[in-house]
Formats: sequence, C-alpha cells, structure tokens
Amino acid sequence: MSDPVLATHQLSKRFGALCATDDVSIDLRPGEIHAIIGPNGAGKSTLIKQICGGLRPDAGKIMFLGRDVSGLDASARARAGLGRSFQVSELAMEDTVLENAVLGAIGAGAGPWRFWRAATRTAALVERAEAALARVGLTAQRDQVVASLSHGQRRQLEVAVALTLSPKAFIMDEPMAGLGAEGSKALTGFLDGLRSQAPILLVEHDMDAVFALADRISVLVYGKIIATGSADDIRTSAVVRDAYLGDAA
Amino acid sequence: MRMNETWVNALVLLGLVAVPGWALMVDEPFTITLATRAAILALAAVGLNIVLGIGGLVSFGHALFFGLGGYAMGILAFHAQTYSALDLGFIQIEGSTSMPVIWLVAMGVSALVAAVIGILTLRTSGVYFIMITLAFAQMFYYFAISWAQYGGEDGLSIYVRNGFPGLNTLAPIQFFGICFVVLCLVLLLNARVQASPFGLALNAARQSATRVEAVGLDPIKLRLVAFVLSGAITGLAGALFADLNRFVSPSMFSWTLSGELIVLIIIGGVGRLMGPVIGACIFVGLEHFLGGLTDFWHIYLGAILLCIVLFGRGGVIGLLTGKEGAHV
Ligand SMILES: Nc1ncnc2c1ncn2[C@@H]1O[C@H](COP(=O)(O)OP(=O)(O)O)[C@@H](O)[C@H]1O
Ligand SMILES: [Mg+2]
Repeated sequence: MSDPVLATHQLSKRFGALCATDDVSIDLRPGEIHAIIGPNGAGKSTLIKQICGGLRPDAGKIMFLGRDVSGLDASARARAGLGRSFQVSELAMEDTVLENAVLGAIGAGAGPWRFWRAATRTAALVERAEAALARVGLTAQRDQVVASLSHGQRRQLEVAVALTLSPKAFIMDEPMAGLGAEGSKALTGFLDGLRSQAPILLVEHDMDAVFALADRISVLVYGKIIATGSADDIRTSAVVRDAYLGDAA
Repeated sequence: MRMNETWVNALVLLGLVAVPGWALMVDEPFTITLATRAAILALAAVGLNIVLGIGGLVSFGHALFFGLGGYAMGILAFHAQTYSALDLGFIQIEGSTSMPVIWLVAMGVSALVAAVIGILTLRTSGVYFIMITLAFAQMFYYFAISWAQYGGEDGLSIYVRNGFPGLNTLAPIQFFGICFVVLCLVLLLNARVQASPFGLALNAARQSATRVEAVGLDPIKLRLVAFVLSGAITGLAGALFADLNRFVSPSMFSWTLSGELIVLIIIGGVGRLMGPVIGACIFVGLEHFLGGLTDFWHIYLGAILLCIVLFGRGGVIGLLTGKEGAHV
C-alpha cells in the first residue's frame, strides 16, 4: 500500500477539563475520500483546525507528504498543499466571487508582492480563478458580491477557492451543511470526481453523502476515534450503532 | 443623488485646483495657502487610509509619521541654515534645503519607524492596536518636547522655504502645485496598489484573516508592508506641512492630529480613494469659516461626523455615489 498523504499521530487537545481530541491517529491515502463522522461536539472541527494549523495540539504530530508540519502555521501548511474549506464560510464578503477566487490564485501563484497591475486584470490569475469557478458552477455569479450569494453558493465558492490552490489534499469541514437535497447531490457528484485529483478528508453530517462517497469512514465520539473502516463495516458495527448511528436512527 | 465614483473623484480634484486658481486671479494668497493645507492633510490621510480603510487597522498614532516627516524637514533645514553638520554619532551629514532630498529622508525615516512599530504591534488587534499606536506617538511627542536642541516645546522655525529644482517655492501657487502633484501621484499609486494582488489580499485579510491564511498568505506580513507604505506617505505629508508653515513643533506628533486624520477619513469615506481628499477639504473649510466665527467649531465637525456615522456609512463619497462602503 502506498504511503499516506496526510497522517496524524496521537493527536491530543484539551479545553480545560474537556478532552476535545483524544489520542487521534488517522491517515489519508492517495485517491481516497476518508470521511469523519460523529455527533455534534465530538471534536471534528477541532481536529480539522489542528491539521490545518489554526489550533496547536497539546501532544502528537501531523505528517503531510512525508514531512512533519506540526510546527508550521496555517499559511505555511496551505503553501505546502493543504486545501481547506470551512464549516462556517470564511470568505471576503464584500468582495466579488471572482475576487475571492483570484485571492486563491494569488496564493497559489506568484504571491501578493505585486503592487501595480490590477489583480482582476492579470490574465494568469483570472484564468485560474475562472477555471475553478466553472468547475463548481459559479461562472454566472462571477461578478456578484459574496454577501449577496445564497448559503449554498457560498459553500460552492469555498470549494472553488480551495480548487484554485491545486492542493495535494483537501480538508473539508461539512461542505454540504445547509445545501438542501439538490445541492448535496450535486456536490456529492463533484467530490466523487475530485478524489482523483487529490484525496479528501471529509467531515460531514449528511450520511447519504458519506456512505455514497467514502472509501473509509472514521467515527469520532467525545474526541476519540471509536472505529475506522469501509462504509459497510461502519454500517454494521455494533460499537458505532450504540455510540452514534443508533441515536440518529 | 447618484454619481459615478470616477466622475466624483475627477470633480473633487478639479475643485481642489480651481479654488487656488481662482484665488491667484483675484490675488487672495491666503486662500491658496488654505488649499495647500487641504492637499497636505489629504495626503497624510491617504497614507492612513491604506492601513485604516484597506487594512482595517485603526492606527491612532499616525501623527507620529506626520511629526517624523516634519522633524526630518526641520532638522535638515535647521542644519543647512546654521551651516552646522548633523552628528549621528557614527557619521556626520550636511543639512539640506532641497525638497526631494528632504522628502526621501522623511519617507525613509517614517518607513523605518513604521517597520519597527509594525513588527512590535501588528500581532495585536482592535482596541490594543489603537492603544499601542497611540502610546508610540505620545512617546515621540514627549521626546520632541524635551529635545531642546530643536526647539523643545516651542518648536523650530525655518527661515527659508526649501527649494525644488526649477521652481520658485516661495510663490504660494507654485508650492501648492508641488503639493497637488505629489497628492495626485500618491493617489495614483494608491489606486493601483488597492487593485493589485497585494491590495486585494490586504483587503481580504481585513475581512477574514483565516481565509487569507487558508490560501497560503500571511496576513501579518501584508499588514506590515501596508503599515510601512502608509507611514512613508504620511511622513511625506509631514515634511510638506512643515515646509508650508516653515515651522515644526511637537504638536505635529499630538494625538489630536491622529484623531483628526481618522475623522476626516470617516467624513470623506473610509477605504474610498478620494475619501481623505473630500474629508480634508471639508475639514479645512470648516476650520477656516466656522473657526473664524467661533472657537467651538469642532462641535460642528463632531455633528457632521455623528451624522455620517449614523446615516451615511460610506461618508460623503458614499452619499454622492449611492454606494455605501461595506465597512466603516
Ligand atoms: N476554543 C474552544 N474553547 C473551548 N472549548 C471548545 C473550543 N472549541 C471547541 N470547543 C469544544 O470542543 C468540543 C468539540 O467541538 P467541535 O470540534 O466544534 O465539534 P464538532 O465539529 O465535532 O461538532 C465541543 O464541546 C466544543 O464546545
Ligand atoms: Mg464542527
């Protein structure tokens, strides 16, 4: 089996008495979608934040492309190839859709130390941005201000910005949240194709999407991974049923 | 009332030339001086608007750079007029009465100090950033008061106006022309920078630092570069201001001046290219006309500010163009 693209080793994080991440070791292999599921407050977002560099773990390390990235800050990890989408949209709300995608292209390309030529008139940046917008179906909204977008369109834009980075791994925190049935289905189809470009670590509540997409599923409860396996393994696991799926059903 | 912002911008600049042009014809040199003062304050505020409007950093200490520019001019001209060398310890330099030289020194010193202060303060935000920038400016203010060699509390008078190759800088209209051209060049720079990849990233970092980090950019570095650029521009304005008055004093470092720069940006329109220019014209106009009638003219300024903050978040330029800036 090939080496994992991304792996956490015995990651731990406490908030006071609460153990939000408890000795978590997971990995993400080339070409796969690895879903992380778990009830609200299980520590999924906290785990994602530690992987992406927004939050420092108390113990453990994070390996990415064979290198220990635990000491890098969020922007350095993004430059190393981690493409992220947020549970709560993090976008420049006053800017247009194109400008947000161009921001990604700036990060991926020549960087921000250019002071004269208009960013949205720089062909290389705009082409990269427009290609990403086209892939998520936001071409028509190109010149709209993000604040005027629907919730679903903002989620799509989050994904588009991650695409502009051509990352080596995608880390997505509940990309389907609030999309509705139609939107979830469309995004499910899209992510299905995306895994061949780069593997996806997917935190998601939408069980239909998770079971349709995931090559592997890990179940996180009270900060601990209680099971990892294929969709069928997880569906039939007694432990998981007790701890999580049982509640949902 | 809705007007195209480009037209408003052009009209404002046209107005700023027309007033001294008219004053020249009817021989009202004082009006030219007022217009020059407006252009220089506008320039200082353009500098501040880069960090405040695009970067979202409320620097309450920008008088620091204004004062540094002023003292750069004052000290160089003082040594030139007294034919004494300026002893920096490791090197002795001549004074200068050449504007381009003074401007370069003013911008260089301001940029350097901005870099140091930026490195020390840009990890803080919100009210802490406001307080720390204020504290740094006050530090320089008290230092200037105690710096007896250059006039201390009384300030330093310069008996010549510094020169610019090919121009008679003592003619008010020519000195206005210098200030106006410098303002226009800096506005052009501002417009280009705002739309550039750097400006786009800086503006995005104001809205969501997390987003900017997620695309691999470092918001602190973006803000640091903005702060240095901003400090250099406000420093340049300070040098011109000292030349206009042929006088520098610690009041150029005062916190009231820092506050006034913020106020005139809010009145004109935060983050808008011409916001500082409109604000400076209104400020100087009120100061002159109302200041002649009452000592308490700041009350009217405050009333205007209050109306703008409550009803017109895009400032005067927002009212004219019907487009609110999305942020204050
Ligand atoms: N910064 C924080 N400080 C204290 N507690 C936190 C913090 N962030 C998250 N938590 C707590 O950690 C737990 C896990 O949160 P989170 O990772 O957001 O869960 P999930 O994304 O799985 O719903 C929750 O109980 C939450 O209240
Ligand atoms: Mg969450």
